[in-house]
Amino acid sequence: MSLQMTNEVEVLLVEDNPSDAELTLRALKKRNLANKLFHAKDGAEALDFIFAKGPFANRRVENGPKVVLLDLKLPKVDGLEVLKCIKGDERTKRIPVVVMTSSREDKDLETCYELGVNGYVVKPVEFEDFSRAVSELGFYWLLLNETPKN
Amino acid sequence: MTIILLTSSSVLLLTCASFFAYEYFTFKQHIIENLSTLGAITANNSTAALTFNNSEDATEVLGALEAEPHIKLAGLYDQDGKLFAHYPEGLSMDAFPVGPANDGYSLTSGYLSSYQPVVHEHKRLGTLYIKFDTSAMYKRFRSYGYIVAAVVVASLILAFALSNGFQRQISEPIVALTKTAKAVAVDEDYSVRAPNIGTGEFVVLTEAFNQMLTRIHDGNRELRQSEERFRSAMEHSPISMSLIATDGTWLDVNQAKCEMTGYTREEMIGQIFYKIIHPDDLFVNLQHFQRLLDGEIDSYRLEERHLHKSGQVIWVDANVSIVRDDNRMPVYCIAQIQDISHRKRDEELLRNLNAELEQRVQERTHKLKEANKELEAFSYSVSHDLRAPLRAIDGFSRILLEDNADKLDEDGKRVLGVIRSNTQNMGRLIDDLLAFSRLSRKQMEPCLVNMTELASDVFQQVKSSCVDQNIHLNLAPLPNIEGDPALIRQVFVNLLSNAVKYSKTRSESLIDVSARPENGEYVYSIKDNGVGFDMAYSNKLFGVFQRLHSVEQFEGTGVGLAIVQRIVHRHGGRVWANAKIDEGATFHFSLPKESKYESANDE
Repeated sequence: MSLQMTNEVEVLLVEDNPSDAELTLRALKKRNLANKLFHAKDGAEALDFIFAKGPFANRRVENGPKVVLLDLKLPKVDGLEVLKCIKGDERTKRIPVVVMTSSREDKDLETCYELGVNGYVVKPVEFEDFSRAVSELGFYWLLLNETPKN
Repeated sequence: MTIILLTSSSVLLLTCASFFAYEYFTFKQHIIENLSTLGAITANNSTAALTFNNSEDATEVLGALEAEPHIKLAGLYDQDGKLFAHYPEGLSMDAFPVGPANDGYSLTSGYLSSYQPVVHEHKRLGTLYIKFDTSAMYKRFRSYGYIVAAVVVASLILAFALSNGFQRQISEPIVALTKTAKAVAVDEDYSVRAPNIGTGEFVVLTEAFNQMLTRIHDGNRELRQSEERFRSAMEHSPISMSLIATDGTWLDVNQAKCEMTGYTREEMIGQIFYKIIHPDDLFVNLQHFQRLLDGEIDSYRLEERHLHKSGQVIWVDANVSIVRDDNRMPVYCIAQIQDISHRKRDEELLRNLNAELEQRVQERTHKLKEANKELEAFSYSVSHDLRAPLRAIDGFSRILLEDNADKLDEDGKRVLGVIRSNTQNMGRLIDDLLAFSRLSRKQMEPCLVNMTELASDVFQQVKSSCVDQNIHLNLAPLPNIEGDPALIRQVFVNLLSNAVKYSKTRSESLIDVSARPENGEYVYSIKDNGVGFDMAYSNKLFGVFQRLHSVEQFEGTGVGLAIVQRIVHRHGGRVWANAKIDEGATFHFSLPKESKYESANDE
């Protein structure tokens, strides 16, 4: 993905499980929502991307994605930490973050909302339910939702 | 007796003498009056003879005195004192006084002489002299004397006889009683008894006296026995006992006391009791002892240290009580001392053991908390990591079906369907398992739960998801209970869902919900008319993933009843069921009336 392209990313998918990532992509693609998507494989990469560090140093932080789809259980830096960083920074806190996780732990749910999460979705096991959830999410945040312009 | 006789004879004599004197004077007076009357009549009759100096008439008048035989002489003197006439006629003149003496009466040896004037119309004509023989009178008095003497003697004899009799009846019993009383008073011998020799009231008196003696004797014997018992009990008591005078000195100590303190009885008696009390405990003991003497308390009990003769410290349980007299004045104190050194050592040991145990409990709790955290991490992993591959299997099977349907024959498609259905089933199992595990960790938030409302509400919810089924609920009023509403709700959800589920084959599902109080609990029952089950497997009902029916018959994962049991146990209750195959099932759960759910902090 070129530098130019990273600046135009609309969906940041943070997901370590390639199968889940592929299923998510497939669901989004079905509704044409996966064209401007960047897939980060762990929390560290996600943070680098968001805050334009390391391989993404040429990105502009201000050109943030329209939505971040964030798994919680991630290698290196976990999802809660990523959420905390995004919501704790003036430049990025307005980016909508939707947590997509297999865990339905009350504690996680509470922590996420305390940190300012914009949505919390438990990934269904059944494919039909899963793809419906993902596509509806993408449709809502990319097409329906309005964010303040800088 | 002599005194009685003397007294009675004196009284008798005095009485007789008085009577005699009275008789004498009365009789003498009577004679004088008689004589006076006779004289007056004679003098009156003689006035005419004197006036007319007719001595024959006068002699005739005097002759009438013959009627009174005791009159010996009578003479009538004229104005000049010359004997004018006399009686008896034949007597010589010499027998008469020469001339009349003064008027009146005189008593001379054996005779009473009387001189009476003879008066006619205030003019004295002469004097009448009469000499009266009193010997008859004295004779009569002699007779009187004999009678009196006879009466006195007879009286004395009678008195002697009577007093002899009375003595036998009255004095002897009294004397016997006195002797007995003396024996009792002097010798303090209460075993003697007064002989019962009297009659009537004396029998009663003697018997009463003897009874009194018996009672005193018995009382004394009981007292002695009681004293003996006390002495024996004290002496042989394994507990150290001592009697303490009000000045604090030992009056007596028993063997156990000697053994406990190391002193002999002789060394202790007369000594002050607090010399064996540990100096640090002395003040408190003396304070109590003073209160005992002052009458503020009747006994006190202290755990204190005593000192053995060897100087060794002994822990004791000291119990001191006071004995008071009828006026509540202190007499002596009884001290009972028990050696509790062993107990004190045991207590110390127990304290150490408890501290150790506490330490171990804390360590164990810490480890348990660690283990619990690991378990949480594990269930988190299960939740997250086991679901992801399932999702992939299901998802890619679906993709295969979508993208390569033309390359698969019907059997291939069926196999993929089986894969997918099993995957989804496993997903549900994981979800239920997680729900069950979450339940164990959920903190209880107890409050008063309206059970009737809750059951009705849950039923509506369950019914709304089974619109095709004809369900009838018979809900009796249920007693309210203290519990966690969300958890109790889950119990009703699972039990009512089951009742509906297992009666879906009936044309009408009949569900009865009722409750009854039983031994401090409320027992809630949910009865259905469903397929029931074989009671032989009832022990498997409440286990996780245990099912008595196949998924083809009735869908489910076998976690619902495990959750019910878990919740009811956390509330301090029990859960059980009765059923028969094809005849419906009744599930009961009990909850304590007084909430005794586990403490909220049960990490």
